[in-house]
Amino acid sequence: MEELKEELKGKIIEVLNLEDVAVADIDDSDALFGDGLGLDSIDALELIVLLDKEYGIKLSDPKQGKSIFESVNTMADYIAKNRTK
Amino acid sequence: MDSALYISHYSKIEKGLISVDGNVIFHAGEAQFSDFIKQAFKYQQLDYPKFYKMDNLSKLAFLSAEVLLRDEEDKEDIALVLANKSGSLDTDVKHQESIQDAANFYPSPAVFVYTLANICGGEISIRHGMKSEQVFFVSDAFDVVTISNYATYLLASQKAKKVLCGWVELFEENYKAVLYLVERAGTKLHTINNINQLVKN
Amino acid sequence: MFSPVYISDMNCVTPLGLDLQDNWIAILKEDTGIDVHTVGCFENIYTAKIKDLPTVRTDLTYLERMLYLTLEPMVRSKPLGAKTGFILSTTKGNIEFLSEGKSEEAQLHKLAFKMSSLFGFITRPIVVSHACVSGVLAVSVAKRLIQTGQFDEVFVLAGDKVSEFVLSGFNAFQAMSAKPCKPFDSGRDGVTLGEAAGAILVTKSPEHALVEIVGEGAINDANHISGPSRTGEGLYRSISSALNEAGIDASAIDFISAHGTATPYNDEMEAIAFDRLGMNDIPLNSLKGYYGHTLGASGLLELIISILSLRHNKLIPTKGFVSRGTSKDVNIITQKMDVPLTYILKTASGFGGSNAAAILKKVNG
Repeated sequence: MEELKEELKGKIIEVLNLEDVAVADIDDSDALFGDGLGLDSIDALELIVLLDKEYGIKLSDPKQGKSIFESVNTMADYIAKNRTK
Repeated sequence: MDSALYISHYSKIEKGLISVDGNVIFHAGEAQFSDFIKQAFKYQQLDYPKFYKMDNLSKLAFLSAEVLLRDEEDKEDIALVLANKSGSLDTDVKHQESIQDAANFYPSPAVFVYTLANICGGEISIRHGMKSEQVFFVSDAFDVVTISNYATYLLASQKAKKVLCGWVELFEENYKAVLYLVERAGTKLHTINNINQLVKN
Repeated sequence: MFSPVYISDMNCVTPLGLDLQDNWIAILKEDTGIDVHTVGCFENIYTAKIKDLPTVRTDLTYLERMLYLTLEPMVRSKPLGAKTGFILSTTKGNIEFLSEGKSEEAQLHKLAFKMSSLFGFITRPIVVSHACVSGVLAVSVAKRLIQTGQFDEVFVLAGDKVSEFVLSGFNAFQAMSAKPCKPFDSGRDGVTLGEAAGAILVTKSPEHALVEIVGEGAINDANHISGPSRTGEGLYRSISSALNEAGIDASAIDFISAHGTATPYNDEMEAIAFDRLGMNDIPLNSLKGYYGHTLGASGLLELIISILSLRHNKLIPTKGFVSRGTSKDVNIITQKMDVPLTYILKTASGFGGSNAAAILKKVNG
């Protein structure tokens, strides 16, 4: 699980072009949206693509994203349970 | 129409050089565009993380406007009249690459949103709070007559207080941006000749 | 201060018909151009595609044929002089060339030059490429350039086609509706894409005028590059600017042709802007249920159909709408109605925070 979280942080930084943010800067429980990393609606859509592309998870309802993308913890949990690759 | 309009300030980004009103403010040497524009942005010491999410055309337009509008106040009514040759083609190609192979079909929303030429103008507006008239033209070379008439109309009709005009072209490693501010005060007259000298040189 | 500017001719090529007359007949029958199609790897999805586009010339792409069929009847017998302008409105032009690796052929200025030469314009073609407001904004550009004296008349031609390129992007944006779109409805869930071309002749001369363009504005939200403003600020300001130029109150508008893409956020934003202007009671429609969202053509196509509404004093219902799904009350037209019309408002909004509004007044009617 720890490995997945670290991997996830690296991928989030890469696909969302978070310049000046390092893996070590993101806490597992940090809020990704709102005050946390300050992500916006396009970032949320990009995370949906990331789930699909990297882990073979298709979100049928984008509204699900809200709880899944709360933090690295919630994302990693969801991926661990649902990944197909 | 009243012709007492002036080009008050201008900026240029070309061949690794950034200048404002003819004075070089940044020089990066032989870097690739993405490295050059990142260095130039960092040099501005601006806290604006969204810059890194922009496509290359938007980064070019954003930085050109940034150095030009640095000391401007009251920017809400500055209209934006931009033009280029390649539209959003540079990013169009990137989006196409993401859908070219049916077995590896992952279009990116963050790329797709930049497949419209006017988005770079939107980025400038957001940064400077310009709730103003905007248009994006595409032509093989800068259409001086149309752009100058259009700017003149916006000022004469009082649909804008000032007009930021210019050329923001980028395709792969070929890029050039020239922005100039048209208003009722200044020393350089807003004439076809003066605009030509700015944009074509 | 500026001389009046008119629209005196128009035409369109859409899934509902290959000329103005056929489109109007289909609209009156409340037909839709939306049907199930396969586009690239998107199988059996709802889009509004032209079914049998005539092969008028073999040297033209699909989009070029659409554009040619639209404008050719209008310029056929017209002398095109040094004061005749040509404006092309498009978002993606011949974008399908990219899948063949031909990026140079996909350049919008090349498309404009090709069409311009084909018709025999002698002035330099102008391309307006400003997301989904391109069509309405191109009309403003034509009017403004006539008012500066650059042109006496301008042909505005707008077109975009359904492509895998755009479909895949809207799909990644989770913005596609599974069913034909339902503008302003409580059950709306996104866009249906369409293809169309439209053309109008904008003139300084009032001869043969259908409408006068009495006011227009195109003001940015300065808020977000893809999300509509929560306050409808840019649209509010665009309409205010147009009303101010027209010298009329919002209450003088008899009918609004809204953008109404049927995404939850867009329609809500529009309702908020109309509410702020006190335009809640003015009959309003979205034509997206007939044509889908035709991108760079949409604003001009909907303006053309709305001019027909104005000329025939007939309000056209919003196809797909059943019950209001916006927080602010707007008067969505649900059935055909004969009402005397004088002033109409056309609006559009799009990516990049862009908005455009134009107010037309019936003349010679």
